[in-house]
Amino acid sequence: MKKEGQIRIPSGCAISAVISRDGNRMTGEKIIKSMLPMHDRSNGLGGGFAAYGIYPEYRDFYAFHVFFNGKAVKEECEVLLKDRFEVVKAETVPIYKIPEITDVPLIYRYFVTPLHSVLERLQIDENEYVARSVMYINTHIDGAYVFSSGKNMGTFKAVGFPEDVGRFYKLEEYEGYAWTAHGRYPTNTPGWWGGAHPFALLDYSVVHNGEISSYDANRRIAEMYGYKCTLQTDTEVITYIADYLLRKQKLTLEETASVIAAPFWSTIESKPQNEAKVLEYLRKVYSGMLITGPFSIVLGFTGGIMALNDRLKLRSMVVGEKDDMVYIASEEAAIRIMEPDAENIRYPRGGEPVIVKVKEGVIL
Amino acid sequence: MTELYISPEFEVIRNTNRCIACRVCERQCANEVHSYDSDAKAMICDESKCVNCKRCVSLCPTHALKIVKNDDRLRENANWQDDTIKEIFKQANTGGVLLSSMGNPKPFPVYWDKILINASQVTNPPIDPLREPMETRVFLGKKPERTERDGEGNIKTELTPQLELAVPIMFSAMSYGSISYNAHKSLAIAAKELGIFYNTGEGGLHEDFYCYGENTIVQVASGRFGVHEEYLNTGAAIEIKMGQGAKPGIGGHLPGAKIVGDVSKTRMIPEGSDAISPAPHHDIYSIEDLRQLVYSLKEATQYKKPVIVKVAAVHNIAAIASGVARSGADIIAIDGFRGGTGAAPTRIRDNVGIPIELALAAVDQRLREEGIRNNVSLVVGGSIRSASDVVKAIALGADACYIATAAVLALGCHLCRTCQTGKCNWGIATQRPELVKRLNPEIGSERLINLITAWRHEIKELMGGMGINSVEALRGNRLMLRGVGLTGKELEILGISHAGE
Amino acid sequence: MKRVFVNEEWCLGCHLCEYNCAYANSGITNMVKALKGKDIFPRIRVDGEDKITYAVSCRHCSNPICINSCISGALHFEDGVVRIDKTKCVGCLACILVCPFGAIVQDAEGAVNKCELCSNNSCGSPACVSGCPNRAIVFEERCEK
Repeated sequence: MKKEGQIRIPSGCAISAVISRDGNRMTGEKIIKSMLPMHDRSNGLGGGFAAYGIYPEYRDFYAFHVFFNGKAVKEECEVLLKDRFEVVKAETVPIYKIPEITDVPLIYRYFVTPLHSVLERLQIDENEYVARSVMYINTHIDGAYVFSSGKNMGTFKAVGFPEDVGRFYKLEEYEGYAWTAHGRYPTNTPGWWGGAHPFALLDYSVVHNGEISSYDANRRIAEMYGYKCTLQTDTEVITYIADYLLRKQKLTLEETASVIAAPFWSTIESKPQNEAKVLEYLRKVYSGMLITGPFSIVLGFTGGIMALNDRLKLRSMVVGEKDDMVYIASEEAAIRIMEPDAENIRYPRGGEPVIVKVKEGVIL
Repeated sequence: MTELYISPEFEVIRNTNRCIACRVCERQCANEVHSYDSDAKAMICDESKCVNCKRCVSLCPTHALKIVKNDDRLRENANWQDDTIKEIFKQANTGGVLLSSMGNPKPFPVYWDKILINASQVTNPPIDPLREPMETRVFLGKKPERTERDGEGNIKTELTPQLELAVPIMFSAMSYGSISYNAHKSLAIAAKELGIFYNTGEGGLHEDFYCYGENTIVQVASGRFGVHEEYLNTGAAIEIKMGQGAKPGIGGHLPGAKIVGDVSKTRMIPEGSDAISPAPHHDIYSIEDLRQLVYSLKEATQYKKPVIVKVAAVHNIAAIASGVARSGADIIAIDGFRGGTGAAPTRIRDNVGIPIELALAAVDQRLREEGIRNNVSLVVGGSIRSASDVVKAIALGADACYIATAAVLALGCHLCRTCQTGKCNWGIATQRPELVKRLNPEIGSERLINLITAWRHEIKELMGGMGINSVEALRGNRLMLRGVGLTGKELEILGISHAGE
Repeated sequence: MKRVFVNEEWCLGCHLCEYNCAYANSGITNMVKALKGKDIFPRIRVDGEDKITYAVSCRHCSNPICINSCISGALHFEDGVVRIDKTKCVGCLACILVCPFGAIVQDAEGAVNKCELCSNNSCGSPACVSGCPNRAIVFEERCEK
């Protein structure tokens, strides 16, 4: 049977997210709990979390989380890392051995910073360099897979139910100001940890519930811009598109949402002229990045999260809040278990982005 | 030795029990096949003149006629087939190059028919176009590499000129001259009504049709017939015709018999003179020359019109397209080897060029590999026969499709493939006034509008089935396609998997 | 009041209207049976030769001189249509003489024949119009000049 990446495997899913607008850090316990009432939305073939603000002592370094199939490939990869980066710390990612999680690969964590001499020679910025390096490792070193590469953030994922994955990674020991979570229901047995979600590149992470019908159109555009879709998952391509639009094209989050879940032409025509012009521009110029078919996603980034539904709202997604906390999940039950007194429960319309940022002035 | 007799290709079968001798067949046949024998009070016919255009069959009020293939056969020979031998007889009789019309009729593979389209089941929902919005609008033209902002941070929304199509289909080039005034008028009216474009071909634009300029693509071909400043500025876009799928490597041919009256005036050439376009543009012997023509045309039109470069699908089309994409062209039109023509040497039509499906897949992939796919839009033609062909073309990577054979079929053409004679009984490929009037543009435009409207419905149904509600999410979405009965190499070039994979 | 009009620009001279007319008024449901081997007396006729042809049928004038000239009262006005009551026609052919359009003809029995807009046969609307392959004959309302 083909491994994920050689074949495209559609999935149904559960997603959940929480963020503190005051930048208060919380452990992973709350977000793990939120996945429990949505147990049936996953089938034990993938779960994962992204956490922001968890490595404050290394906030200036890129934190690489890497799966290795064995010792030899680890050594091969470390040679490459040392060649390209200054590695300030290398360690195993701490785990509990639990019966629910099996076939555990080697899981390592590296805090790195690019070598300046190399950056100068290549004349690219640091983020681009890191992104290219990650993609190089993931496509050229068989058996090594960098699944997290942002600063002061990290993703944790495995084959299993999300609540088990959370326990496995000891997430109760991490503290972050924002968390996202994902439970996967693939229609095939991927059997490989890299395919679990969130998918992350630099500090962008995406959890996604849905199966996009525009996949190959999006993939081929992303690949034209140098991204390598090694997993063939929606989440992967959505992350790349977000990275392209936000980091490379410097679009705002709202503009990015208007590309991914573009308003219908009829809606655009009803808008005031200036707004309509911008929306029309975005649809024309980034037409290949329109995503159709059902999706609800939470995009994590340094300092905030953005939730977005497809333009027809073919997947459920609920938002609630309490004090400085904002909760987003596939089902209201997941929000209630995190905060029984959640207020302002609402169901964002298709294509309407929900952007929550940590307030200005907070040091993350 | 005198000319060898070649038995007629067709046989006219008249059911005399049904024939009421109304003589419609006689009056409608410009080839003079039918006549009335007043002594016998019966219709008679000369089958040697029949081209099987079906005009008589269509108009016979009692359905008394049918035209069948003449079963008089030479002795069977798998190598020397009837057509091959008859062509030799014809050439031995006349000493001439064989001429043909419309697209390549040979049994080459039609890849569209070996590609199947996906639909949603269970894991994501199909979308019902009757209940949900389903968008078919596309914009053709160059897209910027980077979004720029003004001092206040607002996006600069000005783009280089774009063509807006309500549905990703356009009528491709057919010159006034090769087709009639009324055929052109039908196309122009329909294009305007449908929010799409028709194309003048290389014959210039009749002054009566300047009012349809917003829906007109004006062509500049190697003969430069009918090209002047006002012409260029009247069109919505300018197309440089480098080649044509039916006859790559040679220029257009329009026999002098069709250069009459307004055709001669519009082309700006004397009446009765053959309009033979040169094989190359004599100012374009290389890619850098193309760039100069592209920019000359842009200068002449104040950079307000997108420029299309139309090329025939030939062996190294991917490299050619890559060059064109860097030439300043906004749109590349690729014409496959099954594309139609009003007249082409038979040998060229039947043996030169490659299928559009493979050309399109190769070009789209190459432009992406080089990171320049957004420099240009891709329009493909050369036998797009149905809405599903359109959907497959877009999924392979096209922005829009050009149709011409399908359009003339809608106007009544029965593909008899004798356009070059100028005696089109359907009033399409002719300049004889009594034949031209047979195509009432009111009816012609209605039929074209019906056709595209029907295709648009079908495109929406097919997209909805795939769970796609906007055509841009279909473009290049090759995962939505599977091949059947194709070799590994063919699948590789098409960039699709085999059914079952 | 809708009338039959002919756009000469689109008339092909195919004469199908004549046969459709004869068939429509034959009372027979099969065209072959109705017309085969018979002389036809259509109420619409295509005039002209070669390049310019046009079909002519009764204009149903608002002040029809054919009715004024009819000595037997066979021609009469009914709901805006000039009709013929063949039982009253004596075959004097005065109407044919006076009609400025040449739209009245004589049939096989000697009585005159003219277009009644297919209102008296099973077609319901003019058969020449529905059968015209190029929409040269239309049935529509136009301003009276």
